[in-house]
Amino acid sequence: MLKNWWWKILSFVLLIYTCTYGFLVKIPVLDGRMQQTVRNLFFHVPMWFCMQTLFIVSVIYAIRFLANPKPVYDTYSLEFARTGLVFGILGLITGAIWANYQWGKPWSGDPKQNGAAIALLIYLAYFVLRGSVTDEAKRARLSAVYNIFAFAMLFPTIWILPRLTESLHPGGQGSQGNPGLNPNDTTPEMEGVFLPAIIGWILLGVWIATLRIRLQNYKEKILSRA
Amino acid sequence: MRDIFVQAMSYSSKQIITLVKKDILLETRQQYTFYGVLLYVASTVFIIYLSTGQPENEIWNALFWIVQLFVAVNAVAKSFLQDSKGRMLYYYTISGALNYILAKLIFNAVLMLLMSLLTLLIFVLLLGNPLVHFFQFLLIGFLGSVGLSFVFTFLAAIAAKAQQQAALMAIMGFPVIVPQLLLLGKISNKAFSDAIQTGWWQMVLLLFCFDILIILLSIILFPFLWRD
Repeated sequence: MLKNWWWKILSFVLLIYTCTYGFLVKIPVLDGRMQQTVRNLFFHVPMWFCMQTLFIVSVIYAIRFLANPKPVYDTYSLEFARTGLVFGILGLITGAIWANYQWGKPWSGDPKQNGAAIALLIYLAYFVLRGSVTDEAKRARLSAVYNIFAFAMLFPTIWILPRLTESLHPGGQGSQGNPGLNPNDTTPEMEGVFLPAIIGWILLGVWIATLRIRLQNYKEKILSRA
Repeated sequence: MRDIFVQAMSYSSKQIITLVKKDILLETRQQYTFYGVLLYVASTVFIIYLSTGQPENEIWNALFWIVQLFVAVNAVAKSFLQDSKGRMLYYYTISGALNYILAKLIFNAVLMLLMSLLTLLIFVLLLGNPLVHFFQFLLIGFLGSVGLSFVFTFLAAIAAKAQQQAALMAIMGFPVIVPQLLLLGKISNKAFSDAIQTGWWQMVLLLFCFDILIILLSIILFPFLWRD
């Protein structure tokens, strides 16, 4: 029993830790910029890690569906994309709140904000495509193909383009490492919260997606019986 | 073994050439896409001319790529929609999915090259010529239009299988194409002045990689769309 849900307990514990110690941990002064808003690092940044992870899982199931067309794989692909989309929207909202205090307004057309908005539009189009096809087998196949294509179009730009352009986000000028973080600004204490936060949020995302998948499977069972 | 491979290659290239020829023949007989899109470009640019006169460099550049995007949607959308279900079945029996999609990619790329040249000419004619390096811009335009035609060819193939075809293509295509359009806008800025832009070749290389990626994805994924 414990074999299957230890990671759910882990997710819960890690997020409790994030939501309490994240507000207590000592943060660096950073010459007055950032101030207390830097604590949003434990909430805003893990959203993107989680979104990226869920979209990768979604595209893996899309590939598996094309290789071996089982309807279950399509459900997996769909629900992971859906949950990823929710985390992407949460990432935009937490980012907008942070930007409102830090940059003066919630949206300033920063390359990374634009990239995130494009990502969300692409996945919204995925749901429009699904809605427009009525035949189930065809819908699964078309959306799997679009999922793979969109993923391959989107993520090179999200990972490469921000490194080539100026941005309000820290880091990422030229080849200077991660495009979203400035490692000089984080202390070891902060990383002690940041890494558990990433793992906790990703596990929560997977948990939500698996719940939705179970719900879909039950629904299909009921429908097939009726 | 090698002979068989060479023979198969020449056989499939013959098929691709025949399929491209068929598309060109249809186009020259009907002349619907070509003149339709040409009229579309001319009237769009004329509206821009009437409402803004001759715009500044940045606006000129942005408008050029937006017009190019809509030209691509209109010109390429037809490529799959004109083939009826029965005719698709016929192609299916005489040729393979791979040859069919490659032929479509080539034909649409050629069509878009022609269209981008004409768009550029109409732009220069009506909206003035702010370009310092005309041929550089022309080459970037060619690179961009080939990329646009590839993306929309593939999306047209998906949309042709779904019901609401033309509308769906725009919904799927616009978010997907944005990164490429951003890159193109940045790269083509170089043709407006003598200023040196850092990382210019990097971006051109990225665009090339995109085009190759799209071709590979089309080759791998199209057979799954084709199957019915």
